[in-house]
Amino acid sequence: MPTSVATQRATPAALAAAGLTKRYGERVALREVGFEAAPGELVAVIGPNGAGKTTLLSILAGIQQPDAGEVTRSAREIGWVPQQPAVYSKLSVAENLRLFARLEKVADPDAVVARMLEQTGLAERAGDELGTLSGGNRQRVNIAVGLLAEPPVLLLDEPSSSLDPRQRARLWAFVGEQAARGTAVIFSTHDVQEAERYADRVLVLADGELLFTGSAAELAATVEPSALGGGAAVGPHDFETAFVQFLRSRGH
Amino acid sequence: MRWLLLKDLTILRRSPLLVALLVIYPIAVALLIGFALSRGPGKPTIALVNEIPKQHRSFDVAGSRLNAEEYLPELLKSVNVIRARNRAQARRLVRDGKVLGALILPADITQKLETGTEQPTIDVLYNGEDAVKQRYIESIIRARMAEANVALSRRFQEATAGYLRLLLDGGTLSVLGRDVDILGLRNAHAITTGAIAALPPGSPLRTSLDQVARFGQIAIDNLGRSRDVLRSVGQPVRVRQTIVGGRRTPLDTFAAAISVTVSLMFLTVLLAAGLLALEREEHAFSRLVRGLVTRLGLLAEKISLAALCAFAVSLVMLLALGGFFIELDWGRFPQWLAALAAGAVAFAALGVAIGGLAREVRAASLLAFLLSLPIAFLALVPSGAVSAGLYDVVRFVSALFPFKPTLQALDAALNGVGGLPAALAHLAALAVVYTLLARLAVGRRFG
Repeated sequence: MPTSVATQRATPAALAAAGLTKRYGERVALREVGFEAAPGELVAVIGPNGAGKTTLLSILAGIQQPDAGEVTRSAREIGWVPQQPAVYSKLSVAENLRLFARLEKVADPDAVVARMLEQTGLAERAGDELGTLSGGNRQRVNIAVGLLAEPPVLLLDEPSSSLDPRQRARLWAFVGEQAARGTAVIFSTHDVQEAERYADRVLVLADGELLFTGSAAELAATVEPSALGGGAAVGPHDFETAFVQFLRSRGH
Repeated sequence: MRWLLLKDLTILRRSPLLVALLVIYPIAVALLIGFALSRGPGKPTIALVNEIPKQHRSFDVAGSRLNAEEYLPELLKSVNVIRARNRAQARRLVRDGKVLGALILPADITQKLETGTEQPTIDVLYNGEDAVKQRYIESIIRARMAEANVALSRRFQEATAGYLRLLLDGGTLSVLGRDVDILGLRNAHAITTGAIAALPPGSPLRTSLDQVARFGQIAIDNLGRSRDVLRSVGQPVRVRQTIVGGRRTPLDTFAAAISVTVSLMFLTVLLAAGLLALEREEHAFSRLVRGLVTRLGLLAEKISLAALCAFAVSLVMLLALGGFFIELDWGRFPQWLAALAAGAVAFAALGVAIGGLAREVRAASLLAFLLSLPIAFLALVPSGAVSAGLYDVVRFVSALFPFKPTLQALDAALNGVGGLPAALAHLAALAVVYTLLARLAVGRRFG
């Protein structure tokens, strides 16, 4: 699934952030974080608990204002998908999509809703109340709402955290389709293997500091092979080990 | 805002149980409060033991024939009466809780009354299982006994006044079946004066008779005022009632105003708080306020919807009360609308301020409920029930919440007693303040 990062980096950035800093009293939640995401690129934000992942995504989404730094796009140009499905369980799938399409002031709400139902594969369940859907389908509607205005950038806050493996696979297939259409996708996750598997690039945050930006393979390459147990190749479990070793090597 | 309103209406339409509870519960509570206020406590039951022998139930008071039972119908208006055969049965009924009290008329009551000098005693037994009803019975029996005492006293006064009149003007008095002529002071005085005039000047009798005549005149002058004196002794203080400020709200109408205000409060506050908390519970708030709608716009939408729904329900309730239960001045209908609308908006603003503090609908509803009850009770504390200083505190606290001004506005609108513009201005100010507080709350909690 990962596309050529080299190709993407040649095109103008879909989103750029520079010097983002956020403080909560004395505590610095984010310290001068900057990065770019190219159109169609899948960027994973990973890091231990309290690293500042949600704070970074909240600032990018326009929910919080940074104390310093800037983001090149306004909140209205960025699709936001919070961790918990932010949709109404008493409304049907179509009603939820139509409501947010109208609030987004899209030109033809009905056409957009029909397109999103088609893309999410939920056309047959368009009339079902959201509360009756599985967690996976609810999350698909949640993502679809973020895509209604066809934003060039989509932010997902731990999108697969409450899904089973089958639902997770369907979710990433759907997200991959969006990226293939040219949408820059930035997602946070606790699951580093998921980041390795689906992201073109990972951003490693710890204590509000951006420690690394690059591909999963590049991250693993920063760690001594002996630290990974002496194996020659970096396998699925080895990336998690590499990530942990990387954090340790940086004092986290 | 239109789409959010439609969304919330759709959600409410699909939550029939919630809507039914939101509508029925406040109305039921309000009606119960109104009913309790306008009706007072129910009739308690007491036992009555009448030990007076049948032949002695009628008795003479100063020549008038009275019946000891003629006062009972007045008592029956206030309590249900069970006739007990004797004191033991009455005591048992009271002890077993079958009745809350027993009234015992002793056998010698009429004989003592007939003497005019002995004071009979009536026994009252109480059951203290219900302090409120016990107090009610005590007050009822005291009141009825006071009425009976006044009535008997009036009879005694009339009889005494008759004797005095006889003494003054003369007449016939029946003694042991024989009529006796009484000369009377005036006649005696006239005879004495005539006799003095007939005496020759310098008669030694003239001095003595002059003394008798002066005494007679003094007696006539003073006994002539005896009726007034007796009346003032029987009722030393007369009560004249004046309503200060030209305001007199009928209890039924005031109870209706309280009922509607309670209903309006619960419905609006619960709905507004719940609707705002629902956005949080559904995790939609942050999605909405990141450019789709402003925080203030979202609050305005919740306030509008909650106020509109509560206004409609309360208006229907008021129309039903006016149509079927109490007399209302329909000419003041526009004032009703103004009072209801202002109250609904102020309560809705309070509701979103509460909703802004809560993360879930349940928490918001509980918070709204817990806050609403004391607000209503505080606003209903009458002056004089607590010390002057504490009452000032109660008034100040009540003025911070919309219940009291809404009640004042509705009372003014329903009864035309004035003060409506001030109450409406008060509610408008509270609506602004609570909306700003809600804005702060959602900025802090949801930001």
